[in-house]
Amino acid sequence: MSLKKRAKYAYFFLLPFFAIFLVFSVYPIFYSLFISFSKMDPLSGNLSFVGLENYLRLFTSDFFYKSIFNTLIIWIMSIIPQLTIAFILALIMQNKWFRGRSILRNVYYFPNLVTSVTIGLLFGSMFSYPGGAINNVMSALGVDKVDFQNNQMLARVVIAIAICWKNFGFNIIFFTAGLNTVPKEVYEAAEVDGANEWHKITKITLPLIRPILIYVFITSIIGGLQMFDESKLVFTHVPGDATTTMIKYLYDSSFVRLQFGYGAAASYGIFIIITIFSVFAFYVSKDRSDEYGRKRKRKGSKI
Amino acid sequence: MKTVTKQSAEAIRSSAIKHVLHAVIYLFAGGIAITTVIPFAIMLISSTHDTYDIVAQINILPGNQFVRNIQRLTQFANIKQGMLNSLFIAIVTTFVQIYFTAMAGYAFSKFNFKGKNFLFGVVLVAMMLPGQISIIGSYKQIQDMNLMDSFIPLIIPSIADCFAVFFYKQFLDGSLPNEMIEAAIADGAKEITIFHKIALPMIAPALVTEGVMNFIGSWNSYLKPLIYLTSKEKMTLPLMIASVRDASHADFGAQYVGMVISVIPLVVLFVFSSRMIMNNISIGSAIKG
Repeated sequence: MSLKKRAKYAYFFLLPFFAIFLVFSVYPIFYSLFISFSKMDPLSGNLSFVGLENYLRLFTSDFFYKSIFNTLIIWIMSIIPQLTIAFILALIMQNKWFRGRSILRNVYYFPNLVTSVTIGLLFGSMFSYPGGAINNVMSALGVDKVDFQNNQMLARVVIAIAICWKNFGFNIIFFTAGLNTVPKEVYEAAEVDGANEWHKITKITLPLIRPILIYVFITSIIGGLQMFDESKLVFTHVPGDATTTMIKYLYDSSFVRLQFGYGAAASYGIFIIITIFSVFAFYVSKDRSDEYGRKRKRKGSKI
Repeated sequence: MKTVTKQSAEAIRSSAIKHVLHAVIYLFAGGIAITTVIPFAIMLISSTHDTYDIVAQINILPGNQFVRNIQRLTQFANIKQGMLNSLFIAIVTTFVQIYFTAMAGYAFSKFNFKGKNFLFGVVLVAMMLPGQISIIGSYKQIQDMNLMDSFIPLIIPSIADCFAVFFYKQFLDGSLPNEMIEAAIADGAKEITIFHKIALPMIAPALVTEGVMNFIGSWNSYLKPLIYLTSKEKMTLPLMIASVRDASHADFGAQYVGMVISVIPLVVLFVFSSRMIMNNISIGSAIKG
């Protein structure tokens, strides 16, 4: 049977996937764009065209900028400890003498599977005031009880801790897979040349797993800036909406205040912001040195 | 037998340093592990105490209020119904999604057709798009289609999982030789039979891994059920657990039991599939790296 004749079956195999992809993935993206230029009547669902009004409102809204700020600050507070701890633990578990690797990896990873609703409620009750588990321990230690929910910064910290707890184990596995791609011979050769552990990490491991580090970094930007579940679930009321992330703002605008046109504009605003940050992160982390590790000279200058 | 010489005194000192260093490392790794487990411990122990004890004291030992907490929890929400709903959605989603994405992955891997590179490029780009741009559009679309408060918007759109298509294509590229398909065609097998009898069994490990991940994703999902499901009988387990907090007014005993119930199926699943899950993440890492 000729390949050409066979090719027509490919479309048959692709049809269900692409039909649903077009209807339920592609179409809503453009539909959102369309809605973002309209005002939607929440009861009838009728749309009336309003031009750029939603976008003008969005980009002059202090609440929107505040939600960007909240998202960034929670993201930074969760991503730095999360990646640092994950990387250190991944390095530790690479050592040949280290025992209990697989059980520890499972323990570290398990929170990643837990339903975000459960994580939200769990951390909400653990850090509740005055009778949460954390406050009970603190008062037993003689420290004053703290009202985490009513302190803007502490409420953010609790959410950052919850996110960190959920994700660091995932990053360990990711990093471990990356570390395993570094050939053992490279380390052996370095040992022969008298490199110590620190040199091995900074001069061999880090440069060689750089692509994976960049990937983790960028995906955690895309994922982190979309955080919603924890923001909605850990605390119910935080003063000044200090834990309202961008997606939570989008959700509140559309499904609480029923301003769907404005919500759609917000979703495109968020998309733009996420894109800007991803591109920026990609540019910053782009490898600017040649394969011998030298910093690349500016254009025009001689090497 | 070796005796202690000047040379080995040095060796002993460096091995002592090594032991101390190892101890510090074990302590660090163990400390993190304990910190990771603490929230679970609090959850389990608190679920066996009544709300007064949870609020008023530090509980280290389990109490005897577990059954009563469950009874109160079931007054707030029909947990059994929620569990069945979640289970139904997760199982149907997983199977439907695996079948159709594997089909598409198979087409990309084993056929040459017009527009292949373009379509595969579309899949790759769509993988990168953040999901939230389409939320409002999807919502309005589901409203227009009169599919609100049904499981369909939670199940059918999940077929359009671009990562799964990509994943199966990579797997088929590496595991299924073209000669096998050619031989089957020479024997007069139909295309769909080849897919069912040769391709699917060949990538069974990948199907199971992706299936487990999909099941967990569906079981845990929150935003979509939250906006699409409105009636109480249709609610998924996470929605019910979340609603208990609003309905119960600080009944922590009932809330903690709800959390435990939502975690148990995941523990069971994890015991059987932890290796698979880890491998899946590692494969993801290898693809991207």
